[in-house]
Amino acid sequence: MTQPALLRVENLRLAYRTGRGVVRAVDGVDFDLRRGEALVLLGESGCGKSSLAKALLRLLPRNVQAHEGRVWLDDTDILALPEERFRRDVQWLRISMVMQAAMNALNPVVRVGEQVAEPLMVHRGWSRAKAMERAAEVFALVGVSTDFLGRYPFELSGGMRQRVVLAMSLVTEPDLVILDEPTSALDVLTQAGIMNVLKRIKRELNTSFILITHDVSTSSEIADRVALMYAGQIVELADARHFFTEPAHPYSQMLMASVPRLHQPDPPQHIPGQPPDLLDPPAGCRYAPRCPKRFGRCDEMPDSITVGERHHVRCWLHGAGP
Amino acid sequence: MNRDTTAETLLEARDLHTWFELRQWGFLRAGHVRAVDGVNFALRRGEAVAFVGESGCGKSSLARTLLGLHRPTRGEVVFEGGHLEALDKRGLKTYRARVGYVQQDPYGALPPFMDVGRILSEPLIIHGVRDRETRQARVRAALEEVRLTPAESYLSKFPHQLSGGQQQRVVIARALVLEPSMIIADEPVSMLDASVRVEILRLLRNIQVERGLTLAFITHDLSTVRHFAERIFVMYGGRIVEQAEVNELLDHPQHPYTQALLAAIPDPDPDNADREHAVPGGEPPSLANPPPGCRFHPRCPEAMAGLCDRDEPPDFEPRPVHLSACWLHR
Repeated sequence: MTQPALLRVENLRLAYRTGRGVVRAVDGVDFDLRRGEALVLLGESGCGKSSLAKALLRLLPRNVQAHEGRVWLDDTDILALPEERFRRDVQWLRISMVMQAAMNALNPVVRVGEQVAEPLMVHRGWSRAKAMERAAEVFALVGVSTDFLGRYPFELSGGMRQRVVLAMSLVTEPDLVILDEPTSALDVLTQAGIMNVLKRIKRELNTSFILITHDVSTSSEIADRVALMYAGQIVELADARHFFTEPAHPYSQMLMASVPRLHQPDPPQHIPGQPPDLLDPPAGCRYAPRCPKRFGRCDEMPDSITVGERHHVRCWLHGAGP
Repeated sequence: MNRDTTAETLLEARDLHTWFELRQWGFLRAGHVRAVDGVNFALRRGEAVAFVGESGCGKSSLARTLLGLHRPTRGEVVFEGGHLEALDKRGLKTYRARVGYVQQDPYGALPPFMDVGRILSEPLIIHGVRDRETRQARVRAALEEVRLTPAESYLSKFPHQLSGGQQQRVVIARALVLEPSMIIADEPVSMLDASVRVEILRLLRNIQVERGLTLAFITHDLSTVRHFAERIFVMYGGRIVEQAEVNELLDHPQHPYTQALLAAIPDPDPDNADREHAVPGGEPPSLANPPPGCRFHPRCPEAMAGLCDRDEPPDFEPRPVHLSACWLHR
């Protein structure tokens, strides 16, 4: 179990300047990820999960006020790398990303096979023929008939386009693929089909995944590990089995109770209140204003407390005294 | 559960078809998109039903036809005994006051330059409530009903100053302010966060029960319907393929499409990671050129050659008060 981590994120912070002040979208995030492992970043909209992915891949908008911390990929701090080296050596080759709604961002006038082959020609300098051959292999991997290589995006259904985008992210055989809401715009059956593909890829390749989603049920489909985010922080980080069967943070518990289940007689529960304004978050625990279990100490920001092997919770209920 | 089959019928759809004409080069006729293609049902006063299906199954076109926004190509909608097609402009206006509409995207449904007070007064003005104080009282009552309290603090807010959940409450308040007898909610929570969804669904359901409204949910999410509707209609390819009381349908699905749909919905369970879903291959049919026979047959694991690909299945009743349009039950 002492396998070294592929990715180690330490105290990552990302803040944006806005007209109304500084928004701390990612506020002190730590986690690690092993080779072949799938981590789900779970959270509601505005919790900072997409910002976290962008901070990892250095895909930042112009109004960034602070971007700090360390992101170790094997032994290299990829945030410290010069921009050009990062783009050349890390993006696509080591880490690739499928953006939210990427399937609608395919170039409408380029055949999908070429779009999938392109990263190989650009980043690896492969010939077109060799790259197309590899594209055909990846098409088969994601369950798209190779007849589709010569088609244009508009000729493909949403589910097929999503598979093409997935193929694009896998074509360079990266160590880590980041998927931002890969199924949320799709229908139930299409979604189930994509999840099947992801599970198969995960079994067959030794790729690590970070999957960003707001959907608890979807996250259980692929997660080895779950990081639940709230207001810019990871409030619970645990193995999937622990997270789904005995979540430790009150927010995790309430979120699990809010999930509608097909075969559950009890109706789902809602979580009263709203997430805090990230322009002016509470000084102490950010969940405290909504938490039924809060007590005096919650006015202080809780540390990330280790409650088991690779299981961390930001909640004073699990804390020893200071 | 409302099992009273003698209850009065509020709205009935008979052999309803809504087709859209396709044009080539802007003027050549190129057939039709059969969005709603032969649908029959009757909704009782005071019941909550859900129309469930994937995108492109015709559920939103059905909702818009029921609202009088699309004219049916064939068939009819009967509301409180009157035929929707027979209504003139004024009749339609009255009809729309009787049937409230809750849209999918609350932000898109609210005019950005009107404050909440104005948004909620507008329908009252249009429907001739002249007295300002009466209007204000009704606006306030509607806000309280959707739990936006104290109402005063919301009246002067603009949509962008509200959270998604609050916006959707305003949309619901607007649908309620004319005191309709029915509400059609088209994917009312699909744009909202998980923790807010339950809250909005429960709110709608409570209002429906308290006011004795008929509520028609249009949704793609089978996992929530058990708690927020009494009957389900499953749609596929412009048709209703299965219908039953909610627990009956979810616990004993009969149509192969419904079975596939239910099998594809995961409950949060760490064991999911080791299981693959049985997903029928292929895609939902093109509504412009639907397959002959049963519309699900090209994807159906149990399709019978020579039957399912030739003859349209009628509604069978494999279990009491449970209809399924599939030749397996013949």
